[in-house]
Amino acid sequence: MSAALETVIGLEVHVELSTKSKMFCGCLNEFGADPNTHVCPVCLGMPGTLPVINKRAVEFLCKAGFALECTVAPFSKFDRKNYFYPDMPKNYQISQYDMPLTTGGRVVLPSGKAIRLNRIHLEEDTGKNVHAGGHMTTSEATLIDYNRAGVPLMEIVSEPEIGSPDEAEQYLMVLRDVMLYIGVSDVKMHEGSLRCDANVSIRPLGTKELGTKTEIKNMNSFKSVVAALEHEISRQHACVASGERIVQETRGWDEVRGLTYSMRSKEQAHDYRYFPDPDLPPLSLDEATLASWRSELPELPAQRRERFITQYGIPQYDANVLTQSRFDADYFEAVASASGDPKQASNWLMGDVRKSLEAHGLTLSTSKMTPAALGELISMVKGGAITGRAAKEVCDVLVAAGGDPKAIVEQRGLAQVSDESAIVAIVDKVIAAQAESVAAYKGGKAKALDFIVGQVMRESRGRANVDVVKRLLMERLG
Amino acid sequence: MADVPIDIAYISRLARISLTGEESSRFSAQFARLFDFIRELQALDVSGVHATAQVIPLSNVMREDELKPCLTQDEALANAPAREGPFFKAPRILE
Repeated sequence: MSAALETVIGLEVHVELSTKSKMFCGCLNEFGADPNTHVCPVCLGMPGTLPVINKRAVEFLCKAGFALECTVAPFSKFDRKNYFYPDMPKNYQISQYDMPLTTGGRVVLPSGKAIRLNRIHLEEDTGKNVHAGGHMTTSEATLIDYNRAGVPLMEIVSEPEIGSPDEAEQYLMVLRDVMLYIGVSDVKMHEGSLRCDANVSIRPLGTKELGTKTEIKNMNSFKSVVAALEHEISRQHACVASGERIVQETRGWDEVRGLTYSMRSKEQAHDYRYFPDPDLPPLSLDEATLASWRSELPELPAQRRERFITQYGIPQYDANVLTQSRFDADYFEAVASASGDPKQASNWLMGDVRKSLEAHGLTLSTSKMTPAALGELISMVKGGAITGRAAKEVCDVLVAAGGDPKAIVEQRGLAQVSDESAIVAIVDKVIAAQAESVAAYKGGKAKALDFIVGQVMRESRGRANVDVVKRLLMERLG
Repeated sequence: MADVPIDIAYISRLARISLTGEESSRFSAQFARLFDFIRELQALDVSGVHATAQVIPLSNVMREDELKPCLTQDEALANAPAREGPFFKAPRILE
């Protein structure tokens, strides 16, 4: 790759809104139902039906707009985007063309770089095509499920200011986190409730004029966005290097082959003939409504991250991880308050709890461990009721099955033993059994002591007070 | 006849309507008259007039996010030109 070229990426992100009903009719908005069971005359585009705007969808889009510092337009309207493609039974999609619901705004990446937004508009999702007999270009027929047709969809359009595939991924992660926090979408890329197309071009470093762009589609995960962008950028670099012209076109990402391929030739370029939808009066939202929606916004991830660092004194990295989901952040705050020790709360959640969750295939939200129980466990370690090592075992039980830490300690006999007479017996047993290490230690190998301490702890099933163990060993080994 | 800044063949392809030669020239003439009319409109001073997409003085017509019964799968597919199992069946997409 030539060093003298820079990458310019703009993303169009589609987010399905988690309303109960569809955008323009009362059909259930739900993923994964039997084909063509969540449909009605409106979303099937039958003659004589009239769409009516779902107020909640407008509210959700405005809330997303507020969270991303957008301006809600004083006047907005819906347009028909006309095309012949069986994924919309009406032969058009209701969208917003020149008067979107919000304009401007920005997405601030973890690095501090702000990517400006062009607009967010509201539209209806399309049905899902199933290509009988394999790929869409070779199959005999197209089978269609209209359950998704009419699901409220917002399209978030960035300015071409994303500088690398890595930044594109960060941008998507920030968007995902914000949408989850404000509760307007479940943003699952694998279920299609978050989808993304990318406009990619390259230009000589430091120039202003945009190069010829290609639009990349069919990226189904954050990983595939990064891989597709990386591939497309190097393809464009190769074009430039060989003196070939980059053609403005739509290219699909082929996950299996790991490359992008040309999807539409020039003569098939669409002309959507947008015009205002005569069935839908425009929107002109009053200040009071907007203010009440704005007041319902929760603390956003970036604000919460900063607060965690200043209020609880936890490291930036921990704050990033703990604020990724609203549930996890709430959980952390509950543990911090129950234990009275935010730093330990963070250490446990970032360390042993995470390990146990992974081992049991759980998350904080699916585990039965309550924040109160983890808080109590932390207090028990601090108060000397159990050792840190025994606490790890209790933690694992809590994560897997829930319960009360005190009861688990009692049931498993994990209470810390500080009574010297009980520990002496174990220490003597270990010294007898580990003659080699004892000799090594006496011969000047200081590290051997750690091993012996470990053996004593193991023998005591982690219950022995480690300070007492060390003192007794020192007394005996000199 | 004034210039027609529109390609009849292209428009008919977008609309999926095939035209005979006679129809193409007839529609070309009609489009030309439309464009003449639009030119007249463009000459008017509309600086004080709001762009009008709707003639009915309504705005913010919205419904609450409430569920209504859907059609059954068989009802939904009853008018389909073709179906395959639970799906609508259409000719394959790309020409």
